[in-house]
Amino acid sequence: MRLKRKDLLDIEDLSRDEIELIMSTAKSFREVSDRDIKKVPTLRGKTIINMFYEPSTRTRTSFEIAAKRMSADAINISVSTSSTVKGETLKDTAKNLEAMNPDCIVIRHASSGGPHMLARYLKCPVINAGDGTHEHPSQALLDLFTVNDAKGRIEGLKVVIAGDIAHSRVARSNIHGFSTMGAEVRVVGPPTMIPVGIERLGCSVVDSLEEAIVGADVVMMLRVQFERLHRPLFPSIREYSLVFGLDTEKLKKAPPDVAILHPGPVNRGVEISPEVADGPYSLILDQVKNGVAVRMALFYLLVGGAKE
Amino acid sequence: MDGLLVKNGRVIDPANNRDGLFDLYISGGKIASIEPCTASVGNGTAENVIDAKGLYVLPGLIDIHTHLREPGYEYKETIKTGMCAAAAGGFTSVACMANTEPVNDNESVTRYIMERARGGVNVFPVGAATKGLGGEVVSNAGELKMAGCVALSDDGMPIADGGLMRRILEYSKLFSMPVISHCEDTLIADGGVMHEGFTATRLGLKGITRVAEEAMVARDIMLAELTGGRLHIAHASTAGTVDLVRMAKERGVNVTAEVTPHHITLTDEAVIGYNTDAKMKPPLRGREDVEALIEGLRDGVIDCIATDHAPHSPIEKDVEFDNAANGIVGLETALSLVWGLVENGIISRDCAILRMTSGPADILGIDKGSIAVGGDADIAIVDPGKEWLVDPERFFSKGRNTPFSGWKMKCKVVTTIVAGKVVYSG
Repeated sequence: MRLKRKDLLDIEDLSRDEIELIMSTAKSFREVSDRDIKKVPTLRGKTIINMFYEPSTRTRTSFEIAAKRMSADAINISVSTSSTVKGETLKDTAKNLEAMNPDCIVIRHASSGGPHMLARYLKCPVINAGDGTHEHPSQALLDLFTVNDAKGRIEGLKVVIAGDIAHSRVARSNIHGFSTMGAEVRVVGPPTMIPVGIERLGCSVVDSLEEAIVGADVVMMLRVQFERLHRPLFPSIREYSLVFGLDTEKLKKAPPDVAILHPGPVNRGVEISPEVADGPYSLILDQVKNGVAVRMALFYLLVGGAKE
Repeated sequence: MDGLLVKNGRVIDPANNRDGLFDLYISGGKIASIEPCTASVGNGTAENVIDAKGLYVLPGLIDIHTHLREPGYEYKETIKTGMCAAAAGGFTSVACMANTEPVNDNESVTRYIMERARGGVNVFPVGAATKGLGGEVVSNAGELKMAGCVALSDDGMPIADGGLMRRILEYSKLFSMPVISHCEDTLIADGGVMHEGFTATRLGLKGITRVAEEAMVARDIMLAELTGGRLHIAHASTAGTVDLVRMAKERGVNVTAEVTPHHITLTDEAVIGYNTDAKMKPPLRGREDVEALIEGLRDGVIDCIATDHAPHSPIEKDVEFDNAANGIVGLETALSLVWGLVENGIISRDCAILRMTSGPADILGIDKGSIAVGGDADIAIVDPGKEWLVDPERFFSKGRNTPFSGWKMKCKVVTTIVAGKVVYSG
C-alpha cells in the first residue's frame, strides 16, 4: 500500500481511510524499535533530508531515528547551519536540494504554509514537521495512534485540547484528526488564546478547564509557547497555572481512566503539574515512543513500499 | 490638421446625463464638438478618424491611488511602465503615492516625477503627509502643492499620532488638499497578515481584525469634523467603515472614501493555498464586508473606485506568506472587474462609470472625468462585450502580482486618448 498523495502537508486533507492506513502501518513498524538490531532494509539507498527552520529536539530526532531504522540516509539541516542565514529564499533552497535528488524532505518552518510552498517546487514527497501556527500532522497522527492504542478506539471518545489554541499547530491538526475519526473534540483556554471561528474546524469551545474535562476520555495539554507570544495573552505564569494548569486537584473532575497527553516539551508547573505529567494516566512517553513508528509508517507510505 | 474624430460610438457620460450615439470632434487636446451621429460624416477611415461603432466611448478613467514606484524601486515599476499599464486599462489620469525612495515629500521629487511622466496619461503626484513618511513632522504641503501635488498621504504608513493627524488636516486646508488616510491601527492589527476570521484560523495565519481599520477611520472622521479638514479614506475594506463614513456624511463631515476592485470582488478565502497574490493591506475581508462595500458604492457613501495598483517583483512575492509584501497590481484589470459587477446586475453601469471618472476627479479637485465641449479630451473607448483572459505575462506593468491570473473577463479597452492623443490602442 502507498498513500495516494505526493506529500503529507496537513491532517485536514486526510480521509479517515488514509489515517487508518497510517495507523495500521505504524503498528506493524512499532516492534522494530523493540528489537536488538533496530533496523529494517526498507528504505536502503533512499535519501531523506530533515530541514528544521525552527528549534526541535523531539520531532527532529524522531524523524531521524525513523529514517535510520529503515536504512535510509538521513541528513539533518538546521537553520543555523543552512544558507538561509545568507539570505537564500525557501524557493532557492528547495531547488538546490532538488538538484541533489533526495527521496523525501521533512520540513519544519516558522511560517504557516512554508512546507506547502516547498512542495510546489519539489518533485519528491514533502512531510510537514510543523508549519508556523498551522498544522503538525505527524504529531496528530502519533496522538491518534497513542489514544487508539490505549483506548482501543477513537470513535465516540471525548477529547479535550487545552491551552493556547491560537498559536498551536498541534491543536489544529488534532482537531481535524480526532473529528475525522469520529471523536468529540472540545477546546478550552483563555479567550485571548481561542482563535476566531475555531468551532468551524469541528470542535466546541469551553471556558473552564474543570468543566471541559468532565466526562473526558482524553485530555491533551498544550505547551505555553512563550517564544510565540510577542505580547502576553495572559497576565502571568502564576495566573495561567492557577486557572488553566492541570493538577491533581482539577483532574479529580475527570473520569479515573482519563488519558493525559502532551506534545512536549513540557513546561512543568505551568500547563501541567509534575504529578499529572508523571502520573499513571499520563501517555506522554508513549506518545514519544509511538512517534518513531508513525514516522516510519509515513516514510514507508510516501517513499518506500510497493508503488501502485 | 491636428484634429481627431471619434465617430459612431455610444458616448456614455453619466456626469452629464449623456448616453447615445455621438461623434466627438477633438481639437487642440480639447473636445471641440459633440454631435449626434449622422451618416453625413462619411465612412472613410482617414488617419484622424476612429470608428467606434459598437463601442462605448467613456470619459477616461481616473485612479486616485496608484504606486508607480519610481524613483527608487524601478525594478518593480517605472513611471513609464505604470503609465502604459494605466493607458491599457483605460485610465487617462492617475495619482501616484509618495512612498518612493526618496520619498515624495519635497518639490524636487515631485518635479522629477512630473518630468518623467511627460507624454501619455496624466500623472498627479500625491505628496507625503509627513516628512519622510516618518509620522512625526508635517511635510511642506505648500511647497508640494506649488510643485504639482494634488493631495497628501502617508499611504501604507498609517499616522498613529492622532495629534499630528489633527494638525495635518488643519494645515492642509490652506491648500485645499485632501488628506488620504490609510486607516490601520497597527497595534490593534498586531502583526496580522490577513483578515481575522475562520480562514485565518484554519490556515494558521495571524488575523487583522476589522477594528484595526475602523478605529482609525472613526478617529480621523472625528478629527476632520473638529478641524473642517478634507479627509479621504483610502481603500475601505469593512462594513463598519462604510457605516462610519455614512454617518459622518449625514452629519456633514467633509469626508470621502474609496474602495478597490479587489475588495468588492474577492473575500479572505482567496488566500487559501497561501496565495501571496491575495496578500494586501487592508486584507481581503468577509462576504458581509464585500456586500456592504458594494452597497456603499451604490448609494454614494463610497465616492470612487481606486486600484491601489501596487506592483511587486517575485523577490517580494515568491516567498512564505508571512514574509510576502502587501499589494497587487490593478490598473489593467480594474475596469473589467468592475464591469463584471455591472454585468451581474450588482451595480449599475452609470454608477460604475461615475465612481471611476467624476468621483475621483471631484476628490482630487481636477477638472476631468466627463466629456464636455471645451473640456480635456481624455477618453476611453471600450468594447463592453469583448471577453479576454488575464495573462499577467502580457501586462504592461512590470508587476505580475495579481490574484486574477487566468480569469476570464468582459469589457476590454480598445483605445485610450489623453489630451486628444491616442496613448493606447489594443
